[in-house]
Amino acid sequence: MAESAGHATCSRTVSILGTRVMRVEDPKFLTTGGVYVDDLRDPRLDGAGHVTYVRSVMAHARVTVDVAAASGVPGVLAVVTAADFADLPPPPPPLGFIPPALARPWLANGVVRYVGEPIAAIVTESRYAGEDVAELVSVDYEPLTAVVDPRDAAGDATLLFADHGSNTALAFEAGSLDGLFDDCEVVVTQQITNQRVAPVPLEVRGTACVWEGSGDDARLTFWASTQSPHGARDQIAAALELPPERVHFIAPDVGGGFGAKFGVSIEDLVLAVLSRRLGRPMRWTETRTENMLGMGHGRAQLQTVTIGGTRDGRITAYSLDVLQDSGAYPHFGAVLPFMTQLMATGTYDIARVAVRTKSVVTNTAPVVAYRGAGRPEATAAIERAVDLFAAEIGLDPAEVRRRNLFAKDAFRLTTQVGAAYDSGDYAGALDAVLAAAKYDELRAEQRRRRDSGDPMLLGIGVSNYVEITAGPEAGTEFARINVKPDGSVIVYTGTSPHGQGHATSFAMLAADELGVPLDRITVLHGDTDLVARGGGTGGSRSLQLGGAAVHQGALETVDRARELAGDLFEAAAGDIVLDKARGGFHVAGSPDDVRGWAEVATSADADAGLIVDTDFSATGATFPFGAHVAVVEVDAETGYVRLVSMTTVDDAGPVINPVVVEGQRHGGIAQGVAQALFEEVRYDEDGNPQSTNLTDYAFPSAAELPDFTLVDMATPSPLNPLGVKGIGEAGTIGATPAVQNAVVDAVAHLGVRHIEMPTTPERVWRAIQEASK
Amino acid sequence: MIPAPFDYVRADSADAALAALREHGDDAKLLAGGQSLLPLMKLRLATPGVVVDVSRAADLAYVREDGDVLAIGALTRHCDIVSAEVVTAHAPLLAHAASGVGDRQVRHRGTIGGSVAHADPSADLPTALLALDASYVVRGPAGERTITATEFATGFLETVLAPDELLIEIRVPKATGEAWGYQKFTRRAIDWATVAVAVQARGGGTAISLGNMGSTVLRAASAEAALAGGASAADAAQHADDGTEPAADVTASADYRRHLARVLTKRALAAAGRS
Amino acid sequence: MNVTLTVNGVSHTVDVEDRTLLVHLLRDHLGLTATNIGCDTTSCGACTVLLDGESVKSCTVLAASVDGQSVTTLEGLADGERWHRVQEGFRAKHGLQCGFCTPGMVMAAVSLLAENPSPTAAQVREGLEGNLCRCTGYHNIVAAVLEAAEGSVAR
Repeated sequence: MAESAGHATCSRTVSILGTRVMRVEDPKFLTTGGVYVDDLRDPRLDGAGHVTYVRSVMAHARVTVDVAAASGVPGVLAVVTAADFADLPPPPPPLGFIPPALARPWLANGVVRYVGEPIAAIVTESRYAGEDVAELVSVDYEPLTAVVDPRDAAGDATLLFADHGSNTALAFEAGSLDGLFDDCEVVVTQQITNQRVAPVPLEVRGTACVWEGSGDDARLTFWASTQSPHGARDQIAAALELPPERVHFIAPDVGGGFGAKFGVSIEDLVLAVLSRRLGRPMRWTETRTENMLGMGHGRAQLQTVTIGGTRDGRITAYSLDVLQDSGAYPHFGAVLPFMTQLMATGTYDIARVAVRTKSVVTNTAPVVAYRGAGRPEATAAIERAVDLFAAEIGLDPAEVRRRNLFAKDAFRLTTQVGAAYDSGDYAGALDAVLAAAKYDELRAEQRRRRDSGDPMLLGIGVSNYVEITAGPEAGTEFARINVKPDGSVIVYTGTSPHGQGHATSFAMLAADELGVPLDRITVLHGDTDLVARGGGTGGSRSLQLGGAAVHQGALETVDRARELAGDLFEAAAGDIVLDKARGGFHVAGSPDDVRGWAEVATSADADAGLIVDTDFSATGATFPFGAHVAVVEVDAETGYVRLVSMTTVDDAGPVINPVVVEGQRHGGIAQGVAQALFEEVRYDEDGNPQSTNLTDYAFPSAAELPDFTLVDMATPSPLNPLGVKGIGEAGTIGATPAVQNAVVDAVAHLGVRHIEMPTTPERVWRAIQEASK
Repeated sequence: MIPAPFDYVRADSADAALAALREHGDDAKLLAGGQSLLPLMKLRLATPGVVVDVSRAADLAYVREDGDVLAIGALTRHCDIVSAEVVTAHAPLLAHAASGVGDRQVRHRGTIGGSVAHADPSADLPTALLALDASYVVRGPAGERTITATEFATGFLETVLAPDELLIEIRVPKATGEAWGYQKFTRRAIDWATVAVAVQARGGGTAISLGNMGSTVLRAASAEAALAGGASAADAAQHADDGTEPAADVTASADYRRHLARVLTKRALAAAGRS
Repeated sequence: MNVTLTVNGVSHTVDVEDRTLLVHLLRDHLGLTATNIGCDTTSCGACTVLLDGESVKSCTVLAASVDGQSVTTLEGLADGERWHRVQEGFRAKHGLQCGFCTPGMVMAAVSLLAENPSPTAAQVREGLEGNLCRCTGYHNIVAAVLEAAEGSVAR
């Protein structure tokens, strides 16, 4: 013990922040595995009914359901349809400003609006029986015109919701189109598809729930795979018309979310009703096929960019038109164009900007938040536009960027579309990434290959990006610091990590202010009975709000402890000093008499110890930024693209734990690459999904990706005491346009100016063929 | 996802499997490594009433030399073909193709006979075996018969095998020291071939087979004839897709597949030393 | 039907439906929940376990087929308190985030290194083609496996 204490004294004389602390979460995952919803063996779930959904196989149809054959099968506890939910209004839409006429029903009520929409729910004694019984439910489909292309939807020829009177769910706009490009020497325009992709967390959706007690005292315990336990609790309570305190929500280990697990789904909510009616606990774990059909998809924007400026490379005007495919029932996806609009101009100082967006409903799966959620779409548009502009005037795309970036001394600034950027050094990021990637050498190698007729072409793509985290509204987050009577610490956070390492990073933040060793600090999250309130984890908000709350709570805990120690020493609180190295308090000038955290906490309350609750409120969102360089090899004969390297600067301010931050960057980059090169959710013209499993959907493996080269840069934000910004989505946002630009760059000398994503071999090959005509 | 209910019958020898097939008739399906069949059963695209599991039929798992022929038991796993020295020595094309089947886990379980009998036109082993002029020994109630690789597949996932017949051995004429080439085009390493081309030189002639260029694996007859007639490899490759009717799907259009067949044939020929 | 198999060194006889998949036998009958299910199509590898020492996808193996055989799951990988070097590698190199793919990824890596004790980075990437991860971008997973491989050389 003495030895380890001595070691701790030394190590804590400098801050632990910024050091490579290995995750405290990992031993469990590496030995017994995590405990995800389907792994729960809580005795309260014994005898649970297993729920299986019967889902629509048509995109748009009137349906009549006959459950008689299924209901009579032994082991079937219930088969329910919309008629069984007639006494409950539809759950409120997930976001307040979605028109109520577009709310989705509990189960399809006479009309189905996408392939995969739940029509009936079957409850069986055994899990294996569910799929067998589902085949016995007879659904009669009377086809309606399927509206699959959002351009058709915008025409309103066929309405998905007659009561709403239009297929347009929401529209946003900023700036004026009048005379926007009048003084431009060069104007380039391009239609761009930011394709629909699937989030694909490795853990599919899963739910378990049980009611305890009776009548008005009955209380629901609900486990689900979510990013936002408190939000999910409130969603469930609202759907069941209950006060929130009658729902106890627990997020166990969550196997990835990527935005798509923010809140809970209709399929989750149905279980709460079934459990109450049947008086049994309920469980549901979807299949991957169901996940691909029904969890929701990301992106799905049709864009038109127009960019104008001078022949010497100054961009003076930019317009972005967005048609957002919201899918059948508006969800986060309908709102994301607002974020696209807010980030439309990216890192560039452009005098005149206009953005028009419209979100329409279609007979496809709902579009939800997906890593970046509205910002990657903005970045992809402007970064492609800048490359098109550079190609038009014959300047190097990196040089065009350099000539138009906001200057380092311009911050804080508000963009033409109203985003209040907090801090940045965009040219610094660009210069750093170009140097690290050896940009000039890459260009020379590219020229050499072109000149020699090498069929293996080199493409170099650059992107500058800025994004918004913990926005657009100024956010708030809760933390509780509880110093136990034994001197150990429990940190409660309202964020809800699912791989982001909060248990390590937040413990580091507490350790740094309290002077308590890491192994004496536990971070708790995800349980609404244990944590008073919280916003969950999404939009890269956790560190800058949740981490800042822990930091603030730790400071307040020290202040309160100095008062308590003052009482113990019979001295004024102002004279009490915390000696972090020794983990205790003494009177200034008398360092020998130290009262440890245990004694101080016990003096607050012998049982509970010292408890401090705090809420950190930010005055604004933060704006992480960076620059990426992608290098690809394109086989000119087949169009095959191999990603050779990714070099990135991702500046999210000071780094608390490099191990965790690098992991977030790696994963983000891979997902960005995946959108550029591999992934697309496609529907045929009748609304039949063409990629319903991981064989058809080209989720890349290790074999398709290279190592990533990360360049460090840290520009603090003035908006929180840690100076930190969100890092969760940055890599994704920067990588997609860098890779797409690289693919186009590889074949630009052949006359190609644009290739849609994903840049499949066939698309690249066709682009080459068409350019050579 | 789980398969629809079925009765499980274990058959640990060829004879036991044949007996089980006789007993259960059309309702029975043979399960070898299961790496193609079980996914289809989980998706309920296949719903046999009886599954006859031959995966542990030890008498059908072997690789041995039989004069000028390599005799490979139908239940020999992909990973065992990859590592068998007699295969790398006498049919390196086959060993190479086997090393690219599915992924490592699939190769630990999947078998050459299962792959051949499944008759997926995009599969590696049937493509390679067609270029190797392999033949397949089938045992049924009337005894054994031998079918050439050319005659074996009759359509997409369809073969000449009768429901009561069992594929027991794959016979590959040795191609010791002969040049070969294999070109498999995929987007991801794990994917089935968008198009695959196998080239096997043999005694001055050259066989070219195509994977995923039709409902079965195919020989590129026009290209082979052009080569035999003295055309250059580049010119012969231009005929690789002659007479083919490749499918259009989410991965590639028919036109692109035709283009790939020509490019990959040129490359496979080059790898086999033909210019 | 009864299936008898050895899992992590312990013999079990389990009464299962004929159609039971090995992964469900492990998870639902034996309570070994480290092994996860991530897809329907033998694509993701989350369910990878060792069958007689070789990696297989337990969602694509019938429980009945492995009667009499030996299965190792993540729970049985460590030697008491002493972790397998692949577990150590994943911890040292932060080769996991949400942890869901991890059990399958670790078991696939164990099998890979058993067959190729000193792989190159490219061989590790190719060797793990059957295991998908959505969190890490694979960068640290590759580093973790190489770390474990180097460890084996050092020992």
